[in-house]
Amino acid sequence: MNFDLTDEQQMIVDTTRKFVESEIVPAEEHLDPDAGSLEPHDFERLVTKTKEMGFYGLDIPAEYGGPGLDTTTRALMAIEMSQHRAGLYNPCYGVFGGAGLAQLYEATDAQKERWLYPTLRGEKKGCFALTEPSGGSDPARAIQTKGYKDGTEWVLNGSKLYISGADKADYALLFARTSDDPGRNGVTAFIVDTDSPGFFVRRVVHTLRATHYATELQFEDLRIPEDQILGEVNGGFAIANDRLSRQRIPYAAGCIGPAIKAQAMSIEWAKSRETFGSLLAEKQAIQWMLVDNEIDIRHARYCVLEAAQKADKGLRFRTEAAMAKLVATEAAGRVVDRCMQIHGGIGVTKDLPLERWYRELRIRRVGEGPSEVQKLIMARDIIGGSFK
Amino acid sequence: MGIRLEKNWEILNSTNIEALPGQLGVYQIADKDGQIISVGYAGAKEPFGIRSALEREILRHGNVATQFRYEFTSNYQSRWDELLMLHIYDYGELPEHQQNESSRVGRLHPS
Repeated sequence: MNFDLTDEQQMIVDTTRKFVESEIVPAEEHLDPDAGSLEPHDFERLVTKTKEMGFYGLDIPAEYGGPGLDTTTRALMAIEMSQHRAGLYNPCYGVFGGAGLAQLYEATDAQKERWLYPTLRGEKKGCFALTEPSGGSDPARAIQTKGYKDGTEWVLNGSKLYISGADKADYALLFARTSDDPGRNGVTAFIVDTDSPGFFVRRVVHTLRATHYATELQFEDLRIPEDQILGEVNGGFAIANDRLSRQRIPYAAGCIGPAIKAQAMSIEWAKSRETFGSLLAEKQAIQWMLVDNEIDIRHARYCVLEAAQKADKGLRFRTEAAMAKLVATEAAGRVVDRCMQIHGGIGVTKDLPLERWYRELRIRRVGEGPSEVQKLIMARDIIGGSFK
Repeated sequence: MGIRLEKNWEILNSTNIEALPGQLGVYQIADKDGQIISVGYAGAKEPFGIRSALEREILRHGNVATQFRYEFTSNYQSRWDELLMLHIYDYGELPEHQQNESSRVGRLHPS
């Protein structure tokens, strides 16, 4: 693996870093410490800038008008874009635009017209409804929402849990069991408008992310025309699983940014703060914490870039993506924890972003498949044989 | 656990507000008939949490607001959103001076 950046990648990294430092950090300074969005005028101003930079809609494929970044460059940008207070879950507050649900690029032309293109134009929002109260780590077996066919429609009953953005979404990509197969061959993906009769957002689920909530959904005789199936009947799990694998690389990369920023803050603090007659930076206890941070950050970065490079080369990257997800989420959590320790009292206040990163990074070890599931994925690949 | 803010109303005056601790949280203020005038939150930018936020509400709505109720929570942002959604569900629209929040508030249909 060669981790040297190309000239183009270095230019993109430098540009993104400057954008975060000169535009995002000043704009968020006056916001609530848990804010999840910019003031509307700042948002519009910065979207205009990212469009001028040619970076708007980062994750939109080139054939749909996006910048067509490879996975490695996108991961490098994710590391830079997350280096501010809200950066872990709201990198640059979304001013680089979204790409909608990646699965919709596999939709039929009619489905693209109805849901994908309006999403790319910013006219519609979608949500991804997979996890259920019965579990999220093993969705193929946990899905209990049931669908049966009635004429040219499917009728769904069941519920979903921890679904982000459903209360504001115009449509949902919803997975339901549509056969007697209890595993991955009995799940179908449906695209459904959230104002359909029988689609209910029942409650808000509060989490460690103080600014953001998940929702619980309920479906009561929700009728969906058969032309709103995405892909094949009983072929929905492959669609869900593909998303879960691809998501792991940017998900991991986004954790590294706050860790880098926390480390920089801690080095600065250690070089200026005196206790017992000397600077913190002169004390071995602090030096070792900073060194451990550096090891964690570099380890996570190498794992993310290795996974990204394999993906870009068209090689199998499932193990590498799982490893990157596990290493980056756990390493970043350790780094921010040490940085709070180095800062002492001010580290746990809302005056600094450390406490927000600390809370939000804890979620990252669970979201998009917990560390233990990542180990399960790696074990299957390493041991092989019957585990494949 | 109820999702609505269902505590008893307290009289909105300086004495009651000064007695509150300076914690973060959410609140509602209402007129004498119990009609909710404002759904707000006290975030970390408030010098004395919910006390500071309510003092400001008295200045803004003191001519009609007579009651308040509150809830301490560090999840003041998501709880505030939840209360705004519930308000829309219960009353069809947000309080008059908060209608500009409508475009960013989601839909909730509690069972």
